[in-house]
Amino acid sequence: MSEITAGVAPPLPAAAEKLKFYGMWLAAAIVLLLLPRMFGSGSSLTTFSLIGISIIFSLSYNILLGQTGMLSFGHAVYYGLGGFLVIHAINIIGANKLPIPLPVIPLIGGLTGLLFAVLLGWVSTQRSGTAFAMISLGMGELIASSALILRTFFGGEAGVSANRTKLLKLFGWNFGPQIQIYYLVAAWTLIAVIAMYALTRTPLGRMCNAVRDNPERVQFVGYNPHVVRYLAFCFSGFFAGIAGALAAINFEIANSAYLGAEQSGTVLFATYIGGVGFFIGPIVGAIFVTLLSLGLSDLTQVWRLYFGLIFIAVVLFAPGGITGLLMMHRPLVKAGTLLRLLPSYLIALVPTLAMIAGLALSIETIVHYTVNPGDDPNIKAFGVGFDAASPYLWALAAVLLIGGYLVARRTWTMVGHAWDGATSAARDKGIAA
Amino acid sequence: MLELLVISTLNGVLFGMLLFLMASGLTVIFSMLGVLNFAHASFYMLGAFFGFQISRWFGFWPALLIAPLLAGAVGAGVERYGLRRVHKNGHVAELLFTFGLAFVIEEVVQIIWGKSPVDFRVPALLDFPAFTIFSTNYPAYKMFMLLVSIAIFVGLLLVLKKTRIGLIVQAALTHPHMVGHLGHNVGRIFMLVFGVGTALAAVAGVIAGPALVTQSNMAGLLGPILFVVVVVGGLGSLPGAFVASLLIGLVQTFAVSMNGSLSGAFGPLSPAYAATWLADIWGVTIAQIAPIMPYLLLVLILIFRPMGLLGTRDT
Repeated sequence: MSEITAGVAPPLPAAAEKLKFYGMWLAAAIVLLLLPRMFGSGSSLTTFSLIGISIIFSLSYNILLGQTGMLSFGHAVYYGLGGFLVIHAINIIGANKLPIPLPVIPLIGGLTGLLFAVLLGWVSTQRSGTAFAMISLGMGELIASSALILRTFFGGEAGVSANRTKLLKLFGWNFGPQIQIYYLVAAWTLIAVIAMYALTRTPLGRMCNAVRDNPERVQFVGYNPHVVRYLAFCFSGFFAGIAGALAAINFEIANSAYLGAEQSGTVLFATYIGGVGFFIGPIVGAIFVTLLSLGLSDLTQVWRLYFGLIFIAVVLFAPGGITGLLMMHRPLVKAGTLLRLLPSYLIALVPTLAMIAGLALSIETIVHYTVNPGDDPNIKAFGVGFDAASPYLWALAAVLLIGGYLVARRTWTMVGHAWDGATSAARDKGIAA
Repeated sequence: MLELLVISTLNGVLFGMLLFLMASGLTVIFSMLGVLNFAHASFYMLGAFFGFQISRWFGFWPALLIAPLLAGAVGAGVERYGLRRVHKNGHVAELLFTFGLAFVIEEVVQIIWGKSPVDFRVPALLDFPAFTIFSTNYPAYKMFMLLVSIAIFVGLLLVLKKTRIGLIVQAALTHPHMVGHLGHNVGRIFMLVFGVGTALAAVAGVIAGPALVTQSNMAGLLGPILFVVVVVGGLGSLPGAFVASLLIGLVQTFAVSMNGSLSGAFGPLSPAYAATWLADIWGVTIAQIAPIMPYLLLVLILIFRPMGLLGTRDT
């Protein structure tokens, strides 16, 4: 028996690998510390804080979607409830002068998320797949609509606000300035990311993966998939609560939008666009989507439409998300055959970009005529000014869109052939693709 | 009281039938393709807006015919060029695709018709009170809505039970793979079913548009209720969807017309804490919680009968 277990247990990692592993986290911590030195302006600090919150929220979502295979449309419930409880907690602590400093407050949000996940999770996780998705949607709507009815606690449409600076001061920090909030968010992000990574390495994390891949077999092994899903759901609710708490601390307000379908949709977008197959995927997605929503809203009026189109494009063409796309190339990089792909990529890029430009031109022109028809036709979108009334522009948009599509289709077939060549070359070198 | 009962029953059945127009398409699509079309309510909205635009150009009656056809064509296109492509990536990808689609359709509708409600009027031909009961005028248009939805319901039933296509669809409800093995062009059936399903939702949109509010958030408001109907009825069960549609239609309509609250029921007997920290729960009227009734029903069903009312399939 002991021989078998000795054979099954994985070998202890070598010292070099350990160093690499801990070095990565250390590097992440140093980057988080140094970021405000490089980008010290108020707006970039706010952006970093939002990204941090989004990272925790997306990773907590990926415990469900990526790790356990549960697609939730109501994850914002735990985020929002965490936020609300934290606002109330700050008010109560501030009013009674309780000796609790702000940095531990997010824990209250996490415990709130956990509590509600424990309460609502058991019925939600009875089934997986489509049924779970619909149930999570119903639960989300239930809580979000209740928030508008229970006005004393949720504050109706206006929400509830709090003053975060009224709490016990720690080392002279009152958490008024954004830089202090940034460090608070950064510290919690690092803690939560490490905790969630550790969770994926535990036996529970592995069982979650097993439930995702083959629930029937999990039953044969002697586990109850429902219990595993429930536990994953609870952990996910806990971390979502922490994210919601940080958001509430950052904005000093919690309102019903925190709980709503839009928030649930945003975290789904971020996680999926980043890639659900890898631990780092939601982190990439959170950074990408936060920057995109902040950047696009400056550049164009209908940024939400582009956002939706990007999501659909990812679902259609890159189901692994951004990280999935990048990771596909890893065996090629190892085998050194990536260079063979580059020319076909560059060729395919030109018509694809033309098609996207044509699409954007058409959308902006249509928007000009439907949303603000009375305005000056010289509109500016994505920092480029053009005359939406000119027929030349319409023709240009049509040519770019249709021509780009036709050429792009061809070139992407070429990329496919080049890809096959590169992967088989990599396989010949003994690297599995 | 009797007045309330009759009017609310009529309205409830009407709302239930409208829900069933959508839920039937959703259920058949789910049973055959295995994908719950998240954008189904968006096609209802598309139907309403197409209907509004066409009735502006050509009048209401052509709109009643053309708008569902257009929306159905869009639906068939979505199946052919979108869903079929993501099918190989599994059901989660399909569900996400329709989720993204719902998002994009809402944005597009907002871009074209704006965020505020459009002026979609009841056609002049039907703009009169049908009958008067207990001094309340019941609009003829609502009777028309009821008739249309019942007619479609009967038509659907006949097609399903009496025609060859219906036979195949019925077979696909329970044994989707076998239908494919028997040599039917599954791809074309899927496209057809998706098109017809979305067209039915669009019919609901066209006839509901003038009576309810035609606005870009109508899909977002109705969509979740629609999914509650499908889950409560039992995923993939048409009779279940019918029962659940009527149930939710009636529950919501009756709840809206009731004004009772706990404080009203207990009166002066209310406990002292009711006025302070329980004030929200104590003072809320049944009419106020009408919007969350379907979701409460969903939670109850999940606790006591997770398969749904008439569901048999475990997904």
